[in-house]
Amino acid sequence: MREEVEQRWTQYTASLLSFSIFGFVLVYLLQRAQAILPFNPQNFSAANVTPDSAFNTAVSFTTNTNWQSYVPEVTLGYFVEMAALTVQNFASAAAGIAVAIALVRGFARQEKQTIGNFWVDVTRATVYVLLPICIVGALFLCSQGVIQNLKPYTTVTTVEGGKQTIAQGPVASQEIIKELGTNGGGFFNANSSHPFENPTPITNLFEMLLIFVISAGLTYTFGRMVGDTRQGWAVFAAMSVMFFIGVFVAYGFEQSGNPILAQLGIQTEATSGQAGGNMEGKEVRFGIANSALFATVTTDASCGAVNSMHDSYTPIGGLVPLFNIMTGEVIFGGTGAGLYGILLYCIVAVFIAGLMVGRTPEYLGKKIEQKEVKMAMLAIVFTAASILVFTGISSVIDFPAKGYWNPQGAATANINNSGPHGLSEILYAYTSGTGNNGSAFAGISANTPWYNLTIGLAMLIGRFLFLIPLLAVAGSLAAKKKVPFTSGTFPTHGPLFVGLLVGTVLIVGALTFFPALSLSPIIEHYLMHSGKLF
Amino acid sequence: MSTLTTAPQPTRKPPPEDPKSLLPKKLGRARPLFDPEIVHRATRASFTKLNPITLMKNPVMFVVEVGAALTTVFLLRDLITGAGGIGFSIQITLWLWFTVLFANFAEAMAEARGKAQADTLRKTKTDVLAKRLTSNGKIDQVPGSALRAGDVVQCEAGDLIPGDGEVIEGIATVDESVITGESAPVIRESGGDRSAVTGGTKVLSDQIKIRITSNPGETFLDRMIALVEGAERQKTPNEIALNILIAGLTIIFLLAVITLQPYSVFSVAQAGSGAVPSVAVLVSLLVCLIPTTIGGLLSAIGIAGMDRVMQHNVLAMSGKAVEAAGDVNSLLLDKTGTITLGNRQAVEFLTIDGVTVRELADAAQLASLADETPEGRSIVVLAKSRYGLRGRHIPEREAKFIPFSAYTRMSGVDFEGRQLRKGATDAVCAFVAERGGDVPGYIQDMSDRISRQGGTPLAVADGNRLLGVIHLKDIVKGGMKERLAQLRLMGIRTVMITGDNPLTAAAIAAEAGVDDFLAQATPKDKLEYIKKEQVAGRLVAMTGDGTNDAPALAQADVGVAMNTGTMAAKEAGNMVDLDSNPTKLIEIVAIGKQLLITRGALTTFSIANDVAKYFAIIPAMFMATYPTLARLNIMGLHTPQSAVLAAVIFNALIIIALVPLALRGVKYRPLNAASLLRRNLLIYGIGGIIAPFPGIWLIDQLLVLFRLA
Repeated sequence: MREEVEQRWTQYTASLLSFSIFGFVLVYLLQRAQAILPFNPQNFSAANVTPDSAFNTAVSFTTNTNWQSYVPEVTLGYFVEMAALTVQNFASAAAGIAVAIALVRGFARQEKQTIGNFWVDVTRATVYVLLPICIVGALFLCSQGVIQNLKPYTTVTTVEGGKQTIAQGPVASQEIIKELGTNGGGFFNANSSHPFENPTPITNLFEMLLIFVISAGLTYTFGRMVGDTRQGWAVFAAMSVMFFIGVFVAYGFEQSGNPILAQLGIQTEATSGQAGGNMEGKEVRFGIANSALFATVTTDASCGAVNSMHDSYTPIGGLVPLFNIMTGEVIFGGTGAGLYGILLYCIVAVFIAGLMVGRTPEYLGKKIEQKEVKMAMLAIVFTAASILVFTGISSVIDFPAKGYWNPQGAATANINNSGPHGLSEILYAYTSGTGNNGSAFAGISANTPWYNLTIGLAMLIGRFLFLIPLLAVAGSLAAKKKVPFTSGTFPTHGPLFVGLLVGTVLIVGALTFFPALSLSPIIEHYLMHSGKLF
Repeated sequence: MSTLTTAPQPTRKPPPEDPKSLLPKKLGRARPLFDPEIVHRATRASFTKLNPITLMKNPVMFVVEVGAALTTVFLLRDLITGAGGIGFSIQITLWLWFTVLFANFAEAMAEARGKAQADTLRKTKTDVLAKRLTSNGKIDQVPGSALRAGDVVQCEAGDLIPGDGEVIEGIATVDESVITGESAPVIRESGGDRSAVTGGTKVLSDQIKIRITSNPGETFLDRMIALVEGAERQKTPNEIALNILIAGLTIIFLLAVITLQPYSVFSVAQAGSGAVPSVAVLVSLLVCLIPTTIGGLLSAIGIAGMDRVMQHNVLAMSGKAVEAAGDVNSLLLDKTGTITLGNRQAVEFLTIDGVTVRELADAAQLASLADETPEGRSIVVLAKSRYGLRGRHIPEREAKFIPFSAYTRMSGVDFEGRQLRKGATDAVCAFVAERGGDVPGYIQDMSDRISRQGGTPLAVADGNRLLGVIHLKDIVKGGMKERLAQLRLMGIRTVMITGDNPLTAAAIAAEAGVDDFLAQATPKDKLEYIKKEQVAGRLVAMTGDGTNDAPALAQADVGVAMNTGTMAAKEAGNMVDLDSNPTKLIEIVAIGKQLLITRGALTTFSIANDVAKYFAIIPAMFMATYPTLARLNIMGLHTPQSAVLAAVIFNALIIIALVPLALRGVKYRPLNAASLLRRNLLIYGIGGIIAPFPGIWLIDQLLVLFRLA
């Protein structure tokens, strides 16, 4: 592995794919073989992990999604958690960073056939970026009360005299990379609302910062690499604008709560004694503000860790996380994935509006031509198709009851809520999978072969059919000359461009998903105001 | 054989500056936008263009046609089974077909304008009898269409020139109005840069021999007809890329609409009321969402862009060249005729010690007798008016005229044993020194003094005797400084190309306000300069006319050859200016930019429009399932039927409404990119979001008023 041995985009892609396939196979086999592996004090066996669940989990962790259709603390032993899942948390995040850097090289270089070496990039991302932060960060989490042990589960007698099993495990080491690598797969089913994962307000803040830190920092890296930090700040500003819109909308709707409760005379305003608003599905420790903020952060970045149940949000409060993922995870986004995602939108924005300055479009001195547009559109079409088509099929497909594919029968039988909220639950599942977010709206029993397979496919499409076209763009851009910047060039660093970029992301997302959303959270919102709940 | 005299000759007419005056009458380009004949032609073509095989090239409109066909089938089924709601289905089906027809009409309009011009041109293309010279010198009468490249023909006064070629013997005046629309005759003569003649033009005086350079069907006139007709039209790179974008958007909307069907099945089942939207409604939503506005107008914009170039009397060999013009970073402008007035005037004779002014004036006049450039003539005139030296006839057989060349940078005459030369100071000094003459050191100071005033020094020598320097004064065209400043604002570097020495060049460059200059430029220097610019990633545009310019014209991204130039130059460039006006390069750049802006503006507008259409159709679709969704009906449209119809009608009518904009182009203002973008985003982006709301609302009101829905 030598830095000088550079790869063309096709070789780079091949390396990335072989790296991911290796990770996938490893995670699959380790899960299926967990009975013979050490550090399994609860003696979980292969029977706890069906082949379809193992497939889904393996895809999930290699694609940086961390969708969990299984309940971790009753399914997986510590060795699988550490050697399979935690390792993939590092690997998938590092691969994301590598792809982002390769794409940026496409802009920074000129007349080159190569875009760097995948193995060098992925090693550097792991050793220089992820590991140092994780070592320090994990120790800090332990200091706050996050556990790190290999003990069997503890059974305690509760105050009421009942028995309770308290799950244990090497949590801190996985918790830290779960946030930093925007993976989001919890050690416990309750994810970051579990006190062992997220014990204090300080860890709550720290975890949110970890989720954003690499994606936000990469915008600066991008600016540095293309030789104009203003370009990086513009991207950062666009992401920030969309982030704040999301936070304020989600917080506003959650805090104003459910109008039906208010009509019943229930106190829904915040008082000194209680948070008010819609507290259903939220930890009292965190309250409305920290829950809405965490929900926005975790869906802006493709993290998927949750500290509250998005399913229980008000319709519009729940629309925010859903729409955040639908933007393609570009509001800071996944580790590396956020940057390459937003650069895709930069290409589209520049291509549409750039013509209006009277030149064929260029971004950072690179002409945006046929090949770039084709690849950008492919990436957008694939992800939109994955979300819309899988949701469409699942909202009508019927299976024989007690059959293999979906023992519950029709795919819609797995949802816990009726009406538009039910559609939201299916839509959210495929959106989360395709966006490689992994957060669950919950309210859907997804651990059946049908959902495991289709959500697994959605994750693969969302990861690879998004990223491979962008690597092709990187290869094509690297080979191009740079056009000098003049007063006739479309400026891509001012507020005007930030506005344009935000507009493009929101409009492309809105136009693609408005019909689907209007039948789920939007109508649910209006129905709630006319007194109907689901 | 004719003799050259100093008698007043028709001076080259200064190129007209007002674009309106450029419109030649005979090509009929002064037609109004909606000329009845063109509209008639286009209307017919919009129906023939319904053929799905040809329409397939336009993915957006093809989808609309398939949708229209689908609703027609369902309409027929409903008619047979006698289902209800026929009135609505009929109207939707009709408007969907109208949408396709309107888009076809837009394209046909743009094409019809070109076809009308081609017809006019074709009429001038009459077959003539050519007088072909056989190898033994005899004349052989053959039809013009039988001529092949390499044949030699003879033409006399009154003859039509049978094909494109080069004059190889003689000089004649030729009426080229067929091609240029300019009625003043031009001189065509063997050798030099005015030897090219075009088939179909008419010899007015004298007799010339012409070597034919093109085979039938490949002549300039043929190519011109093919170009205006759009027969060879290929999609430009940016057009292809834009097509991919709108095809991608079409696929996304196709997915959004198709998957809406299962969502509504689920929703209807859950709500227990309402019905799944009909095919007609789903198709309506799809047609409203896919970018039909830009999809329908894209090719019209491209054709109209080429047409606009042609209205400026410039023939673009490809749409790609027009597109590239919008991207140009560096403009290479010839100083003479572009930046300065063509006629540089001799204003003073400066002698060196021991030479009388009269002696210098006499030598200068003799050396300039054969020089027909405005400069040469002005020297003759100055000698005459100030020193009373009459123009003399020099019998050509007793004298040898040395024409100016870019390599020697001198011209003159060998006459009665004297070698009279005038030219660039260093060239003339070298000439004198070669013959053992004295070159006083202060000659350089004299030249520099003139140069620093922006003038051009022209040294004069008689054999090995240096006589002095002529001061030629250059006059920068009025308004040139402002235009160059505009170009700078548009991000375009201007480079002045001149044969002058660096000092003169610098003075004029400063006066005119160009960004850079290339002094004492040989054709090779020009070529090198272009290559250097291109290596730095810049796109270069230039004009040229001589055979010398051909390599540079071919190398430049936009090479505009002057029609007066040689065939080689015209072949090398990707545009030909029929008026031979080098200033026009600036207009060509503006047209290129306008073309790109029009595309971007209509794309943005088309996508922005979708927001309002969602608000019209989505609540209408699900009003029965979820009555509360009426909250989204922010336009207050009357019924679900009227809402869907209004959106479809608006979508169709906007195509027709924007045809004039597509054909004329968005108004271009020379501003910097940031202000241009802000302005256009406001008009076409924000405007595109807002405009459909009142539009759809109004159509809905009318539909209800006339009881159509």
